[in-house]
Amino acid sequence: MSPQPQAAVGAPLSRVDGRLKVTGQAEYTADHDIDGVVHAVIVDSTIARGRVTGIDARAANAQRGVLGVISHLDKPKLAYRENQGAWLDPSVGERLHVFQDDRVRFFGQPVAVVVARTLEAAQHAADLVKVSYDAEKPSTDLTGAPENDPLPQQNYARGKPEEALASAEVRLERTYRLARNHHNAMEPHATIARWDGDKLTVWDKTQWTLGAQGELAAVFGIPSENVRVISPFVGGAFGNALRTWPHSTLAALAARAIGRPVKLLLTREQLYYGVGFRPAYEYGLRLGSTRSGRLTAAVHRVRGETSRYEQFTEGVMVPGQMHYATPHVRQAYRTVPLDVNTPTFMRGPGYSTAVFAMESALDELAHELGVDPIELRLRNEPEEDPSNGLPFSTRRLRECLRVGAREFGWHRRNPRPRSRRDGDWLIGTGMASGVYDTLRMRSEARVRLESDGTALVQASTSDMGPGTYTSVTQLAADALGLTMRTVRFELGDSTFAPSPPHGGSQTMAGVGSAVQDGCDKLRQEAIKLAVEDERSPLHGVDAGDVVVRGGRLHVQGNPARGETYRQLLARHGRTHLETRGTFTPAGDDRYSMYAYSAVFAEVAVDRRLGLVRMRRMLGVYDVGRIISPKLADSQALGGMVGGIGGALLEHTVTDHRDGRIVNAGLADYLVPVNADIPDLRAVYLDGKDPHADPIGVKGLGEVVQIGVGPAIANAVFHATGRRVRDLPITAEALL
Amino acid sequence: MYPFAFTKASDTRQALTAGRDGGRYIAGGTTLVDLMRETVERPRTLVDISGLPLREITVTRRGGLRIGALVRMSEAAAHRGVRALYPVISQALELSASAQLRNMATIGGNIMQRTRCTYFRDVTAACNKREPGSGCAALHGVNRTHAILGTSDDCVATHPSDVAVAFAALEATVHLLGPDGERTVPFADFLLRPGSTPNREQALRPGELITAVEIPAHPRPLKSGYLKVRDRQSYEFALTSAAVALHIRGGVIREAKVAAGGVGTVPWKLPAVERQLIGRRPSDALWTKAAEHAADGARPLQHNRFKVELLRRTVERQLRVVGGGK
Repeated sequence: MSPQPQAAVGAPLSRVDGRLKVTGQAEYTADHDIDGVVHAVIVDSTIARGRVTGIDARAANAQRGVLGVISHLDKPKLAYRENQGAWLDPSVGERLHVFQDDRVRFFGQPVAVVVARTLEAAQHAADLVKVSYDAEKPSTDLTGAPENDPLPQQNYARGKPEEALASAEVRLERTYRLARNHHNAMEPHATIARWDGDKLTVWDKTQWTLGAQGELAAVFGIPSENVRVISPFVGGAFGNALRTWPHSTLAALAARAIGRPVKLLLTREQLYYGVGFRPAYEYGLRLGSTRSGRLTAAVHRVRGETSRYEQFTEGVMVPGQMHYATPHVRQAYRTVPLDVNTPTFMRGPGYSTAVFAMESALDELAHELGVDPIELRLRNEPEEDPSNGLPFSTRRLRECLRVGAREFGWHRRNPRPRSRRDGDWLIGTGMASGVYDTLRMRSEARVRLESDGTALVQASTSDMGPGTYTSVTQLAADALGLTMRTVRFELGDSTFAPSPPHGGSQTMAGVGSAVQDGCDKLRQEAIKLAVEDERSPLHGVDAGDVVVRGGRLHVQGNPARGETYRQLLARHGRTHLETRGTFTPAGDDRYSMYAYSAVFAEVAVDRRLGLVRMRRMLGVYDVGRIISPKLADSQALGGMVGGIGGALLEHTVTDHRDGRIVNAGLADYLVPVNADIPDLRAVYLDGKDPHADPIGVKGLGEVVQIGVGPAIANAVFHATGRRVRDLPITAEALL
Repeated sequence: MYPFAFTKASDTRQALTAGRDGGRYIAGGTTLVDLMRETVERPRTLVDISGLPLREITVTRRGGLRIGALVRMSEAAAHRGVRALYPVISQALELSASAQLRNMATIGGNIMQRTRCTYFRDVTAACNKREPGSGCAALHGVNRTHAILGTSDDCVATHPSDVAVAFAALEATVHLLGPDGERTVPFADFLLRPGSTPNREQALRPGELITAVEIPAHPRPLKSGYLKVRDRQSYEFALTSAAVALHIRGGVIREAKVAAGGVGTVPWKLPAVERQLIGRRPSDALWTKAAEHAADGARPLQHNRFKVELLRRTVERQLRVVGGGK
């Protein structure tokens, strides 16, 4: 840890890019104005399975301003090299190869792209392209559909789960169903592609500039260094911009074919087909327990959607292995291939699904045993990670539960369902715990101190909304001993220092630690320069006794003795100092590292009309150190809102007759509006995780979404006495 | 979007001429422009009528209301006379859409708005309303939000308006101006049930222009209100809704005006419920008994069976809210 005084870190600062954003000056991908750019619009398939038998582009081509209509009929050459770096992509199967054959694999698959001088001309021409098909009956319904053969890691067992279940004093067997969800970020996916010879520059909506760089290089068969990806602002993503989707390829393909830079923006409707989604799940859970509520066995049977061309899997098995002390566990996780596009990670991926089933089931068990739901969780709290016997780096779930109970007023609760009423509204409270992996990956950062005393920090990471611009600047400002105003952090460019994917709540841990390292090194270099310099007032001082504040190096406890960075650099004739910070996570397996939450919800359910409305929600988080409290609140509250959406509203609805999504738009795919969101409050346990990373953070963005759904479902049960096991919970389940 | 010509009418005569020549009237544009973007609507000519002098709300001498066709939803909702005389209208308006849309959309346009059926709005799906004879994808498709009343095998789409439900309950009339002069049509006859011609939605003759909606005077005191039931608390169309107006004198219900929304192919007047109420004394038992008739004749589909019971409960609730009870 840095000996520097903490001024910016821990202060509730507003976003450094806030003014740019609210005044419309932040340039999101499609906002970039590239010289000579023309516009591309995708024509997508209106069948879910079959073949394209013809594309009549005559009317489209006849439109003024149209430069071309490209499809598989043009046999565009794409290398689609294997991409070793695409470790986030499904390991089994092969990504969609656009325009390489006539096959239609899902409804809404791109079958042609129209390029025109104006967006309006391209849109209208796209409407005029007539595509004919040889359609086959698609299969898009998870229920009853056959499964893929499992990968070895999709089976897990410890102990003798069946025997333990058979001999358990109390048994519970339940099935939970979670609807498919789409990310629905405000900013639509967009790509601008420009070729300069065999060098490709793309402005892309991405959470991983280096991932996009590697994938486009592989698709086009060019060296990675020939691709530059620029993405300074991302208007929300929730996981959907981790992968490089076919439209990015199509933009570059169109730019190559037309010989002009091309801008391609997905429509809101296309965002339901052209990029991924959180798969629908069926989650069967059998629990065995003692009468006193100690879990003895758990058998998980999990089925999730995937496409026919790739097997998408996510961390849905982890919570069942480590979250509670359960001696006997079996898990079978199966993907179900359907005529749909490949799903992807969405906030709290996998964990959120598993935790909904587990925390709902625990609530059912608590009710059956007559044990308080918090007490039941405390009774099953493990002392070490039950999946591998490792000690926890930090696990303060007990404290989350206790603090939450106190702050929420849990002790005033009458456990009997339907015991509280307010006019026509039945009032209920519920709780759940949550968990998410503490991911950490190698990261680098470039730090440069200019002779004018300002600093520039760069990393290729993204800021999809958590406020990376701000929180990293806070870290850098303190470590360099500068004010927030004199530090500039730049991100979102593949030419910057390498960063891991901006997802999985790992950006602070990785990029933050690398920046901390780079800034510490730079500060130490400056201090060394001073204390070894006879002309410096700091000459001869022990380097460890020097701190920097407001750009001035001085002796700790004696501010009068010192000088500024500017003076120091000027005297040495240096234009700048530069360092490279790195973070390499300890490769050991000494600790089990996770972030934890306890979520409390109060709902009102109209006793006759079945409507569920939120009344208040509290989340208590064990996430290590909080760098930027105001942004942490943005994250936590946003996560709760997302969780409320998933619990009560969000549901991608497919017409299984032809595989079309019938609510592909924000008028029909409901997300919460302000009126749905009550009093939300987030509390963070003070402290840090000393083992996770040098700055002590465990990651916040995912865990805040996890546990919200079951807390709400449990509250609905408490309000009404009705257990709803399918998400979202809508009126018809409660009439 | 398909190319179109745009003209602005400076007076009603100009508008009618342009309308007679096939122009489509546009005022707030909140429905039409959306549908043009989706290529559901492909008008060749748009006639902007927003400058016509149809923006007055007048209280008639006997205590009715005349709302000009170009009055904005937000203006009508905020109007003192509307609020005092017919809270059911202002409530229905305020529960509609969003503040931004209400500031643009007009009363005439509101009752002309087209269904939210997603198959209607998706030009790649079968829809008899959009393309006569192509079939109805909703009938055996995803139909949770669709109608249970007034449907046919050719169309099961709901009429989406809230304020039209209030107009139906209050037995409004629609004032029209056409090439052949003025006429009025009872609200109940203005919006058409789909039958075998779901593409015909209003009893408008070619080129006719809505000039106003008139609410007749009802005996006073009149209590009224609107209840909208929906998954989301705001900015969503109704699963079910109920407009209720009651004239209670001497402890007896003398007049009852009740209509339902979200359930019918048109705003659904409920005469059977009204008959149960008239001449009786308000009580919780009466509300329940009357509301039992709210879904008479309902023809639920695969995903919207719950609407039958939800409709009864919606009407029961709103009768109690307006008529009193616990």
